[in-house]
Amino acid sequence: MSGQQRSERRHDDDADAPEPISPPTAAQARDTEVDALLEEIDGVLESNAESFVRGFVQKGGQ
Amino acid sequence: MTVRRVMGIETEYGIAEPGHPMANPMLLSSYVVAAYAGTQLHRAARARWDYDDEDPLQDARGFHLDRASAHPSVLTDDPAHPAPSGDATPEDVPARGRPGAPQSRPRLPVEEYEDPGVANVILTNGARLYVDHAHPEYSSPEVTSPRDLVVWDKAGEQVMLRAARIVAVNPALPDVTLYKNNVDGKGATYGTHENYLVDRAVPFAEIVDVLTPFFVTRTVFTGAGRVGIGQVGQLAGFQLAQRADYIEAEVGLETTLRRPIINTRDEPHADPERWRRLHVIIGDANMLEVATFLKVGTSSLVLWLLEHRDAAPHAVAAVRSLRLVEPVGAVQLVSRDLTMTTRLALADGRRLTALEIQRCYLEAVRGGLEEAATPPDAATAEVLDRWESVLTRLATDPASCAREVEWLAKLRLLEGLRRRDHLSWDHPRLAAVDIQWSDLRPERGLYHRLLEAGAVERLVDADAVSRAVHEPPTDTRAYFRGRALARFGAEISAASWDSLIFDVPGAATLQRVGMRDPWRGTEAHVRELLDSSGAASELLEKLMGPRGSTGAA
Repeated sequence: MSGQQRSERRHDDDADAPEPISPPTAAQARDTEVDALLEEIDGVLESNAESFVRGFVQKGGQ
Repeated sequence: MTVRRVMGIETEYGIAEPGHPMANPMLLSSYVVAAYAGTQLHRAARARWDYDDEDPLQDARGFHLDRASAHPSVLTDDPAHPAPSGDATPEDVPARGRPGAPQSRPRLPVEEYEDPGVANVILTNGARLYVDHAHPEYSSPEVTSPRDLVVWDKAGEQVMLRAARIVAVNPALPDVTLYKNNVDGKGATYGTHENYLVDRAVPFAEIVDVLTPFFVTRTVFTGAGRVGIGQVGQLAGFQLAQRADYIEAEVGLETTLRRPIINTRDEPHADPERWRRLHVIIGDANMLEVATFLKVGTSSLVLWLLEHRDAAPHAVAAVRSLRLVEPVGAVQLVSRDLTMTTRLALADGRRLTALEIQRCYLEAVRGGLEEAATPPDAATAEVLDRWESVLTRLATDPASCAREVEWLAKLRLLEGLRRRDHLSWDHPRLAAVDIQWSDLRPERGLYHRLLEAGAVERLVDADAVSRAVHEPPTDTRAYFRGRALARFGAEISAASWDSLIFDVPGAATLQRVGMRDPWRGTEAHVRELLDSSGAASELLEKLMGPRGSTGAA
């Protein structure tokens, strides 16, 4: 659902974007996109990363 | 035929009890398998695995490893003695695509003892779910196309997730979290193995020569990405592949130690005169659908080229010339080179990057198709086009591949965090992201958050995946296995990749139905037979068919 909304929004932006004051570089656009993703995952990231990582112990397999 | 071949993929999932790092993983894994078994109505959810045709010590190079000299972790075919962790009669060829006529087996006087540690379920989708080396493992049913492989691999994630949810709501059981990854960052690794049915006529030495540089370099689009370098993550940083630091040999039989680039286990689960099963252990578990699709699609095409070496001699010569001087060292070089510009030394003196070597394989497959006058079918063209597109963009604009190539998707998040929060590579938050990436829970898994946000590509239909949780592929023997279990599961006492054992009330003996040809027992072959049989006894009678009436009975 939200994936579709997001891609529609992006499509609209491309189609009839108001004249940008200074066109952002591809790199800046990518940073903005990643920042949005980071906000998306901030809420689910383990709050105590150190003990979470220390506690992830597996037995070897194949 | 080209990209179409019988193939499958098996994944050992990482397993943890939150807050209890010392929890017994064997026990946790058996809870997962038993929980899912409880959802299966058929008796075969409790069926034994039929180990009669298993032989993990058969070596493709033509010899057989003596059991006494094998590492105990390789002995996976004895249900009474589950293999520990690594760090510690031919059937008749059946007529008309039907499974073989049933063979009588003595019925055991008492029920065989069932150890919960060998929890094992055969699913109505044709897959196997069991405990292997202290991990729950899902082995997909046999499929014939890269897209179907993605569908039934994703169905495996759903199976695991459902199982973990059932365990989670049971107050008597511990909470269990599952991860589709291959390392714990402390030295342990566990596998995702691809299986390809290959024409027995291809000499194994040829497979080794041609596939070694291919497997070493395909990491540029198959790697799942890993935080940490070295087996115990002793160096801070990021690398392309989860498995690279655990590949220590060029060729070998072992899968739990001294892991090789080319594994020689020669256990075809099919007529060994016609086929071998290439068991590939170097790959990563992939969450990204395009990564899995490309991984198996390109591998299948290179195998096609080998199978058609007589019709495409020039193309095969071109890939034969890609032999590397130091293949094992190159596995790590490729994995640690985020710029994909490191040159690998070839035996003929050339120095090529992983991308250039992959480009050679792509061009050889395209050239081979032309040479052999084989126009690519739609499934083949899809793999070729995507392969070319990804290789081109990896060379010119790698960031544009972040929706398709898993290590780039993961690296994008990690680099974003590093930039925003000023983290160095040894910060535990980055290691946590690596682990949480493959958490199967959509509400917690980072891959799933990206999927939800439309930041990674969805290649297959989600509804098709939901159906594949229960239904088998229609174009391999998995159809017969899965549908027979769904219809007559109460009368099936054991199963394996190439057999079903029926225990029909009133029959003097058990009846073993062999399925030595993975291309048979398809919907086209047996749907009518299954649909028109009201009971297992009727199905067995029909399978006896003309042979029964010509005196064999």
